[in-house]
Amino acid sequence: MSALVSIRDLTVTYRRDGNVVAALKNISLDIVAGERLAIIGESGSGKSTLALAIAGLLPASSAVGGRIEWPGLGRAPLLGRDIGFVFQDPSASLDPVMTIGKQIAEVARTHLGLTWSQAYAKAKTLLERVRLPDPDSALHAFPHQLSGGQKQRVAIAAAIAAGPKLLIADEATSALDTIVQAEIVALIRHLVAEDGMTLLFISHDIALAAQLAERIAVFRHGQLVELGTTARIVDAPTQAYTRTLLDAHIGLDAAPLLNRAGLSA
Amino acid sequence: MSLLAVSSLTKRYRRGGKTVIAVDDVSFHIEPGETLALAGPSGSGKSTIARLVLRLIEPDAGAIEFESDDFLALRGATLRARRARLQMVFQDPLAAFNPRATVARVLEDPLRIHGIASRTERPRRIAALLERVGLAADLAPRAIHEISGGQRQRVAIARAIATRPSLIVLDEAVSALDVSVRGQILDLLLDLQRKERIAYLFISHDLGVVRAVAHRVILLDAGRIAESGDARAVIDAPQSAIGKALVAAAPRLKGTTQDAS
Amino acid sequence: MSPIRRFLRTPEAVAGAILLAALIAMALIAPLLFPGDPQAIAGPALLPPFQDWSLPLGTDRLGRDVLAELFHGARTSLAVGLAAAAAALAIGSVVGTLAGFAGGVVDEVLMRITDAFQTVPSFLLALAFVSVVGPSLGIVVIAIALGTWPGPARIARAEVLSIRERDYVASARAIGMHPLEIAFREVLPNALPPGLAMSSVIVAAAILTEAALSFLGLGDPNRVTWGGMIAEGRAVLRTAPFLSIIPGIALVLTVLGVYLAGEGIVETTAVRRGLS
Repeated sequence: MSALVSIRDLTVTYRRDGNVVAALKNISLDIVAGERLAIIGESGSGKSTLALAIAGLLPASSAVGGRIEWPGLGRAPLLGRDIGFVFQDPSASLDPVMTIGKQIAEVARTHLGLTWSQAYAKAKTLLERVRLPDPDSALHAFPHQLSGGQKQRVAIAAAIAAGPKLLIADEATSALDTIVQAEIVALIRHLVAEDGMTLLFISHDIALAAQLAERIAVFRHGQLVELGTTARIVDAPTQAYTRTLLDAHIGLDAAPLLNRAGLSA
Repeated sequence: MSLLAVSSLTKRYRRGGKTVIAVDDVSFHIEPGETLALAGPSGSGKSTIARLVLRLIEPDAGAIEFESDDFLALRGATLRARRARLQMVFQDPLAAFNPRATVARVLEDPLRIHGIASRTERPRRIAALLERVGLAADLAPRAIHEISGGQRQRVAIARAIATRPSLIVLDEAVSALDVSVRGQILDLLLDLQRKERIAYLFISHDLGVVRAVAHRVILLDAGRIAESGDARAVIDAPQSAIGKALVAAAPRLKGTTQDAS
Repeated sequence: MSPIRRFLRTPEAVAGAILLAALIAMALIAPLLFPGDPQAIAGPALLPPFQDWSLPLGTDRLGRDVLAELFHGARTSLAVGLAAAAAALAIGSVVGTLAGFAGGVVDEVLMRITDAFQTVPSFLLALAFVSVVGPSLGIVVIAIALGTWPGPARIARAEVLSIRERDYVASARAIGMHPLEIAFREVLPNALPPGLAMSSVIVAAAILTEAALSFLGLGDPNRVTWGGMIAEGRAVLRTAPFLSIIPGIALVLTVLGVYLAGEGIVETTAVRRGLS
């Protein structure tokens, strides 16, 4: 149980129209090397801020207190090389006027020191690994020619191109429909296992998190409410808020809300 | 007599020289006070059907009968007047309101357009509508972008019920809400249905929610009806390929094999 | 930070605002400072500036007070510039909104008319219009607006085409709002900002067009204009260049002031829109 990332007393505040807004308050958390950790919370919980803080992507207007250390790395991490980041909206993270192949090859070339032809060969392998249909022609395709799910596969390929230690998926499946979401979650699980990556999975969906993660951290209003193994969080939450989130999940086995007697058909 | 009867509805789009059939020969009906859910993956045509039923877009073929009238034959002022009976709530309440609007203006529009309340009477009616959806009346002067997502969706529902409709199309109306808010909004919708006998065309990709709130469900795949029937019966034992895939893909809190891939 | 404070922290914007404020002050106090007809003879002809402190900027060929003319000319420039720009923006926004919102035949017809106006150089159009109808302040305003509205119309149309597809327009249709009310109450106000961003350029161009028309003798003959002053001074350009240079400098500073202040407003409001 060695920590890849060690977060101590992390506080992040934003300035908005003269007011100081705290997005994260005194967060202390270890991300264990090789684990799949889910961060769940509702809007305004600070879960995305945490992901951005770990990746060093916070906007310049934010003030950061506390420490984020990388004992598992022994040096400062490099985004793209040590951290792969998958955003919610693949259309926004992919360059619309650059071919898929070039976008992935560029990551491999920059961080692995490959030549362009080696990098393109690597890009093709990666497109095969993310199970994009017809990787040969996809290399020369542009993002707008792909569906939302396919674009997210490309974004994942680019994120893992340099063989990062940590893969961060920030609501990476929220914009996709249920079937594609399940496929992408299965893909992430498979890739993480194959490459021995550590996964930080940010989601608002506690059921989705429970399916993928070994541990779950529950956030609310910028604070860490509860952290534990998935089984413990789902079966025996200690905090009322976690209980509320679990109860609010409407699964396929949930009791119907509908009073059918009300319908006079 | 059905409240809404849709038969052989078809809508094609031309995209880059190719014709895409978004809705292909779809027929269904909704009874007063009933919730019919449309579910399916993205691109299955559920939102297109919603917009066709509301006559926000026009079909290429088919018929829509609403409250015993040929809804597609209505034009101009007659159509606008009839819209009072058929309302809609969108997925993203922020996008569904004019960014410059206040809560009061959003609720005043339907009252004014359909002559439901005189100018002097409107503030009282707006307060009553806000109260009906569980909001404080003093929210009225606030700007839409200032209030929370859950409050906004309640305002959207208040706007939809302002004209006393018999049918409300809910296009992913709870999908963008936080889970803790989602339950409250669903409770509100069911309460309105019970008391005012409003029917819902409930469009959602979330089978769990569909199973919990709908009487009947239609599963769509590539613009066609793949399967339909009693919501719980269909979702508990889907027969179609798309139904099986949707059920298998729904996230589950328990009973999942942690390390299968 | 409020937009006003942000505006005040932008040096170019402040410089522009100061220039504009000075110009507006000139226009407002002109009748107080120089009551009576600025075109009346006030002293000896062709008196150079800074010689006689009752006539600080000297006199022109007919012995009229240059300073008084300058102050009264500010009124004309400002009035014509603002009125022409406002008219161009109003016509352009309405035409662009109707075209974008209605689509189909209406769009085709309106946009072909826009094309027709845009293919004729706007200055020639103004020149021809004033020559035919005759010079007066109102006609000059219309003449300038006539050549300027296609720009804002195109911008408004492009914006409306994108707004038309938004949910709140669908929502307005779903509650049964009349199409004209949707176009002018829901769509137009949200389509205006990009057109308004152009307003500083339009005002500056309108002021220059007015000056050019006056220079050619097509301005309102009953009013002092800077363009007319430059034209007057042209005859004695070698012996008394100040007669052309002084109104020329006034024009440059005015256009610069309008442009800088306008850019400042656009910049500060754009930042605010980007943040929220």
